[in-house]
Amino acid sequence: MNMELSRRQFLGAAGAGVAGTALGAFGFGDIEAAHAEAIRAFKLVNTTETRNTCPYCSVACGVIMYSKGDLKKGEKAEIIHIEGDTDHPTNRGTLCPKGAALLDFVKSETRLKYPMIRKPGLDKFEQVTWDEALDRIARLMKDDRDANFIQTNGDGVTVNRWTTTGFLAASATTNETAWETYKVVRSTGMVAFDNQARV
Amino acid sequence: MFPPVPNPTTQPEAPRFGEKDLIRRSASTVTPPAERQTEVAKLIDVSKCIGCKACQSACIEWNDTHPAIETNTGIYENPHDLTPDMFTLMRFTEWENPETNNLEWLIRKDGCMHCEDPGCLKACPAPGAIVQYSNGIVDFVHENCIGCGYCIKGCPFNIPRISQVDHTAYKCTLCSDRVAVGQGPACAKACPTQAIVWGTKDEMKEWAADRVEDLKSRGFENAGLYDPPGVGGTHVMYVLHHADQPQLYSNLPENPRISPVVEAWKGVTKYAGLAVLGIAAATGFMHYLVAGPNRVSEEDEEAAERLTGEGRS
Repeated sequence: MNMELSRRQFLGAAGAGVAGTALGAFGFGDIEAAHAEAIRAFKLVNTTETRNTCPYCSVACGVIMYSKGDLKKGEKAEIIHIEGDTDHPTNRGTLCPKGAALLDFVKSETRLKYPMIRKPGLDKFEQVTWDEALDRIARLMKDDRDANFIQTNGDGVTVNRWTTTGFLAASATTNETAWETYKVVRSTGMVAFDNQARV
Repeated sequence: MFPPVPNPTTQPEAPRFGEKDLIRRSASTVTPPAERQTEVAKLIDVSKCIGCKACQSACIEWNDTHPAIETNTGIYENPHDLTPDMFTLMRFTEWENPETNNLEWLIRKDGCMHCEDPGCLKACPAPGAIVQYSNGIVDFVHENCIGCGYCIKGCPFNIPRISQVDHTAYKCTLCSDRVAVGQGPACAKACPTQAIVWGTKDEMKEWAADRVEDLKSRGFENAGLYDPPGVGGTHVMYVLHHADQPQLYSNLPENPRISPVVEAWKGVTKYAGLAVLGIAAATGFMHYLVAGPNRVSEEDEEAAERLTGEGRS
């Protein structure tokens, strides 16, 4: 396009441009500027709160899990945020770095969700049902106890020890669960036992 | 113990501050609200910090950022520096106190200080990309950000970072979304030792005074509050055991202030330039009124003909 532009017209247009820019610089440009909302929408609105206990150590901090999706409507609930529970007497809302990152623990690809077994000679774990797992554990425990249980020591004193199997229990339990675990495990004579109550 | 941050609500709630509470807006002017909201502040008590990084975890989780997994280079900082995905960072310094011969492990939670006189906002050329609310929170509006990086130059604490993904600047928001519904920041809620506490600026100063007194009674004579006047005070303050030497804490500036280059460019130069512009426009207009438009006379035409017309090529 070949536009006819006289010197006069050019100067006029340039002048108008300068005037417009000056007006903008003097602060009239804001009228058009989009006022974008700076503050992010609060992401926990209309989520479901579920109280729970942090699964890591035996301090057993209270956490609240916030999930989206209404189970009552047949939707799948998905946890979107976890934070400390201020109403919980143990931690009053605080968490350690691991607890504060619990969401990644929940969503972890390597998270253990079912009983798994790695049979002798295999290099892979395979999924088994709880029944299979518990039956197998009970069977192996019974066999080992029958074979290695020590009723009396060298002096003939009754000791009832079972030293060839150990038991590791979860830390995030209530006092009652911990008590019961202790009673069951110790009643078998098992010596090596840890319910992580020391952490 | 300072009252802990309450649990968040899940009910819809109108934000307690917003556009109407702006007291500053980058590269533009705002009408400040008639009444200023109560100023808020986060107090970081360096002497209570155990360097556990729960604040970092909570920050990542709440703000849905995803910092890349880095490699261990033999230092405690993880990641090695603030990133567009990591708004706060524990910085570790091992310092041998020459007076006591004690090795002191000074751990400072680095991040945006939410200055009362924000250098980032003053340096920003994009209208509305950086805003300051009357409660003291300085926030970045990513829709308006042009990614020029002037805010980094303007910041006396070297905090903002430009994302390589969307090419806009990121930093701590002081969890403006949580504060807007009456919550405290995620880091303050998570902190297991209450090294981070949250409240109004006055409350925090009072709490800090108690802490300073306590530290002095324990032999830290120079304990004090870090609320630098060079930037008009900040809405993230530190209690330091060596307040006389803030540079010990991973080079916390002793007297932070906005770079004079930024001040001059956005201050004097801007107004001088605008004045020149205005005077030129006014002079032109006055000249038009007094002398009238420039008319081409017969002699001019002839002279032009002589210079450019026939006989010349």
